[in-house]
Amino acid sequence: MTNNLNSSAPTLNLKVGLAEMLKGGVIMDVVNADQARIAEDSGAVAVMALERVPSDIRKEGGVARMSDPRLVEDIMAVVDIPVMAKCRIGHFAEAQILQAIGVDYIDESEVLTPADDRYHINKHNFQVPFVCGATNLGEALRRIGEGAALLRTKGEPGTGDIVEGVKHMRTIINEIRRLTILSEEQLMTEAKELGAPYELVLRVAREGKLPVPNFAAGGIATPADAALMMQLGAETVFVGSGIFKSENPAQFAKAIVKATAQFRDPQALLDASRGLGSAMRGLSARNIDASDLMAPRGW
Amino acid sequence: MKHGLRVGVLALQGAVDPHKAHLEALGCEFVDVRTRAVLEKADFHGLILPGGESSTMLRLLNVFEMKQALVDYANSHPVWGICAGSILMAKHVENPEQESFGFIDLDVRRNAYGRQLDSFTCELAGMREAAFIRAPQFTRVGPGVKVLAEHGGEPVWVEEGRHMATSFHPELAWERPSPVHQAFLNKL
Repeated sequence: MTNNLNSSAPTLNLKVGLAEMLKGGVIMDVVNADQARIAEDSGAVAVMALERVPSDIRKEGGVARMSDPRLVEDIMAVVDIPVMAKCRIGHFAEAQILQAIGVDYIDESEVLTPADDRYHINKHNFQVPFVCGATNLGEALRRIGEGAALLRTKGEPGTGDIVEGVKHMRTIINEIRRLTILSEEQLMTEAKELGAPYELVLRVAREGKLPVPNFAAGGIATPADAALMMQLGAETVFVGSGIFKSENPAQFAKAIVKATAQFRDPQALLDASRGLGSAMRGLSARNIDASDLMAPRGW
Repeated sequence: MKHGLRVGVLALQGAVDPHKAHLEALGCEFVDVRTRAVLEKADFHGLILPGGESSTMLRLLNVFEMKQALVDYANSHPVWGICAGSILMAKHVENPEQESFGFIDLDVRRNAYGRQLDSFTCELAGMREAAFIRAPQFTRVGPGVKVLAEHGGEPVWVEEGRHMATSFHPELAWERPSPVHQAFLNKL
């Protein structure tokens, strides 16, 4: 399996290569073919095919599982951009099914109910690339060690509240910066404390960045939210409930695409934000019972 | 290698950063081309249309009203399109049909090799691993178009006049600069 992180004769990682192509873009959650078309026409770089967006999963409760393959296939049939789909944390059989469908990326996602309370999927075993969520650097590096080709913040999915996404992005960036100023003899202890593979800690300390792209997800509901996450260091944004739970999905989708492309230009952000109608109603992440939080799922 | 050459990379979306290392190795300055003003000013000697999603880039070129500036730039400067960028440069695009600029007399079929599971690398034109990622195929090249590299009997690197297109990703190559970046520099 391709693993260029610690091999002495590296081979090019096509999994990371596809993530490079998605940079500077917006990946949108869609639940049917119509939404997928709207997303593509609005300029999405990829869609995430799922049965229910996170805010509905939160509302309806129960066990959230991989989507029906037919739904994923229907969406793959109508768009020409990459299609991603979610499996439960640790549920490698769901991942095998998604790979058999031929999806372009698998999200081992805390939005679904975890299937294994101890182990994540060994993602090196798959030819399809994986994206995983993280709340801090140790978690990010553990996922990369398991073979994830792309990281994203977890945020608190389905809330439309950006506070947790901001916290996770700032935490990861700060912890990366910290590694770059430590002396080499400190790095083994640091690896122990982060609970992260030593080789990856060395690499991050040397390069000052993660070895795979780092995107933002969880709570992004407006063009300004997208620009905030991009300015904090995200390289692309995932928007879950934020688009199709807004008053005018097509307009929101286009506006978030525009804001993400020009995230440093306040005038472009103003143009993108004006007259959009209401964003998704949202739910303050502070008011959620600890047992209903999604970000702490996974380890 | 002091030659003062600057190379722009269209930075609306896609694999922009990976070009930096190649351009630095060639002694070129990297210019981030994100706005119409920067494109109109044309203060760089050549422009790269990077890999990414062609439908997204096309939409953003429309939204930010940059299409005319891109056409004007290409009328007087070299442009190199990679994967999604090559789709923008083609004369005709299929699977599905899509607007394009026709900088090169070339027909392109999007995602012709299949999905991500069909992405691959191969040894090509002096690169140990040339990456084809959900790559398009050049299905017709005009009589004035020169084929610079083929894979499986199909053209994958072409040039016409000052312009160039590749269906694969030299910016991801281990060789820095990649032979394709070197060839582009020679056109400036």
